[in-house]
Amino acid sequence: MLCKRIIPCLDCDLAVPRGRVVKGIEFRQIRYAGEPWKLAKKYYDEGADEIVFLDITASHERRETMVNVIEETAKHVFVPLTVGGGIKSLEDARKVFNVGADKVSINTAAIQNPNLINQIAKYFGSQACVVAIDAKRRYVKSPNNVKDKIVIKTPEGYCWFECSIYGGRKFTGIDAIKWAMEVEERGAGEILLTSMDRDGTVKGYDIPLTKEVSRRVKIPVIASGGCGNPEHIYEVFTQTEATAALAASIFHYEKYTIKQVKEYLAKKNVSVRL
Amino acid sequence: MGNIRSVYNAFKAIQAEPVIIDKPENVKTERIVIPGVGAFTDGAKNIQPFTPKIVEALKSDTPILGICIGGQILFEESEEALSGIKGLGFFKGKIAKIKTSLKLPHMGWNKLKIEKPECPLFHGIGEGYVYFAHSYHAKPLEDVVVAKAKYGEEEITAAVWKKKIYGVQFHPEKSGSYGLSILKNFLNM
Repeated sequence: MLCKRIIPCLDCDLAVPRGRVVKGIEFRQIRYAGEPWKLAKKYYDEGADEIVFLDITASHERRETMVNVIEETAKHVFVPLTVGGGIKSLEDARKVFNVGADKVSINTAAIQNPNLINQIAKYFGSQACVVAIDAKRRYVKSPNNVKDKIVIKTPEGYCWFECSIYGGRKFTGIDAIKWAMEVEERGAGEILLTSMDRDGTVKGYDIPLTKEVSRRVKIPVIASGGCGNPEHIYEVFTQTEATAALAASIFHYEKYTIKQVKEYLAKKNVSVRL
Repeated sequence: MGNIRSVYNAFKAIQAEPVIIDKPENVKTERIVIPGVGAFTDGAKNIQPFTPKIVEALKSDTPILGICIGGQILFEESEEALSGIKGLGFFKGKIAKIKTSLKLPHMGWNKLKIEKPECPLFHGIGEGYVYFAHSYHAKPLEDVVVAKAKYGEEEITAAVWKKKIYGVQFHPEKSGSYGLSILKNFLNM
């Protein structure tokens, strides 16, 4: 039986030579967790099923740093590595694949140039092409008020989901559920689905969003945004068709190790690799 | 997946000295690994210039390991390929789309069910989890399957073996220490 995947995400600030992992913001102070490859190695040793590197550098001139980060990590870590953030072209993708990345994750570039999905799938294979969707709830009074949008009933009310780009700084008017179906059509091998409403809240994944997207596409969906404890991962695996869960803070703050999360899931009969 | 650099790194990690070959005349015949990138059509086209060298290697009993698409192109043909595109035909049978109501690609960690423990690839390591990322798999017409994996109702062909030719559908280079042990076994034969 295929195991559910637990994927730690490393938010990387690449403005310094070897890069550094951003642990999140506490009391308006950004905290750092050391060099990305070292943390990746630690997660690999603890049983991470894959590792995602997300470039959150605000400045430019960082592309080479990500190449170095991946090159170093790939020498020590033998599970799939995904690179996201700032991949705009086939050439950007090729650079990280050449040093050992296995998948790239694209969001802004995919929305601005949807053909990039087809191209990456053609040249590197669908399995190497992850499309990241950052979705934000837009509440409406009644499902009948909105044309051209897929409206979902949630405990908080009716809403549709809007795609955002540039790390959540810009909204596009695009329906995230429809976009998910389109990216599958174009050859994406996976969807990394992040809830902008839940991201950073540690209140759990957006279940209605994840449920709706994962039931409408055949390709695997990675749930992301809001994970605060192992129960949240259990919830998303049992209430939706997501086959992987991404989390950052619960691992960075060492609240739980990856092994502890997996043991918890195994006890509750979720199939995981231990 | 199927990234050449990943395969290179994995062999480096187990103290081998891999060489990436881009021209047929540079093929050394000690051991050959065929990684796979993209889809069957490109894989089968890209391997063509190397075919005479591989056939030569086979005759001299050189171990050959095909990974993912690199393993698929050892078969005769594929449902995924454009018409007229053939594989190398070392194994009889074709590559077919996985029949399932579950998610496709079959992506992630699945446990191997070893059917032929005498296969040198799995010598002394038992059954473990390996990483898959594919929508097609082999349907051999001869008795070559050495390992399978269960996906819903479907039995995925995970590894095939005949003489010194091995094909694996999963990615040993991305399957943690268990995967590295498989590569070590390949080095030690």
